[in-house]
Amino acid sequence: MAQGNFILREKEYLALQASLKKLLANSYAKVVFLVDKNGSLIASAGATGDFDTTSLASLTAGNIAATGGLASLIGEKEFSILFHEGERDNMHISVVANRIILVVIFDRRSSVGLVRLRVRRTATELERILRDIDAGAGKEEEGDFEELTEADIESLLK
Amino acid sequence: MSFINYSSREINCKIVYYGPGLCGKTTNLQYIYRRTNPESRGKMISLTTDTERTLFFDFLPLSLGEVRGFKTRFHLYTVPGQVFYDASRRLILRGVDGVVFSADSQLTRMDANVESLENLQVNLREQGYDSDRIPLVMQYNKRDLPHVASVAELHALLNYRNVPEFEAVATTGVGVFETLKAIIKLILIDLKKGGR
Repeated sequence: MAQGNFILREKEYLALQASLKKLLANSYAKVVFLVDKNGSLIASAGATGDFDTTSLASLTAGNIAATGGLASLIGEKEFSILFHEGERDNMHISVVANRIILVVIFDRRSSVGLVRLRVRRTATELERILRDIDAGAGKEEEGDFEELTEADIESLLK
Repeated sequence: MSFINYSSREINCKIVYYGPGLCGKTTNLQYIYRRTNPESRGKMISLTTDTERTLFFDFLPLSLGEVRGFKTRFHLYTVPGQVFYDASRRLILRGVDGVVFSADSQLTRMDANVESLENLQVNLREQGYDSDRIPLVMQYNKRDLPHVASVAELHALLNYRNVPEFEAVATTGVGVFETLKAIIKLILIDLKKGGR
């Protein structure tokens, strides 16, 4: 396989959430979320109930993947920041540590300059947490799925 | 690459439907969407051209209940089948946990099936996967049409790995859920092995 599974434990998950909450408050955003490059939602903060976060995560990852493809066509490694401006809401999308995507949705209460500034600080924090996740990879709970039985799988597929 | 969140006790897996243009990949997802309990599925997203051909991908999130105390979520994607969308296909294969290869059973589409399967192997290898080991299921679609190849012929032509194979008519749902269940099972067995 290309890579092992991405395993997120309680401690790092809470750290990611705390970091997102801080970003939400400091940037006056409506919602912020973290997505892996495959389109799975990792964590979020803010008015998540107003958005279809699963679809947002998938399309964001698709967007980053397509933009990355464009970047390589013109000889760039990637475009690490994308900004979409709407009539009411705007999206600031950035790639952190070349592997996760940080999305900030904000309206006129904030500004792209402020969001950009706060995102930069948050990215440093997130990179640190990602290093912790990597350091913990391959330990403890990974055995949970070894005990998965045929019956478990069959009951899920009923 | 599955995403396992021990805090929210969730597993996320990615399934990609691959195959030549007009073989019925999107139709598979549309049928699954129609026949799944609304509480178990999210919104289906289709990024299509003006003529309803898949431009980038279709996406359908499904929640299938719990296994070993973990909620299971499967993200179903299709690729655009037309040959010239290869760059998009490569992107969609990123992080895939299992592939459904949907073949068009019509005799006139045999070359397109082979070309698409070879393209899948190349693109999987390019993403760092072992194309002979990744969970894979074969679906022989459009069995209701005239002038189709026999299952034995399709098997000989495409199923060199001897993976589970299903006859299907995606428009009416024949074989659609059987195919989906088979790939989910292979993905979970792969997860259990943990050797990824």
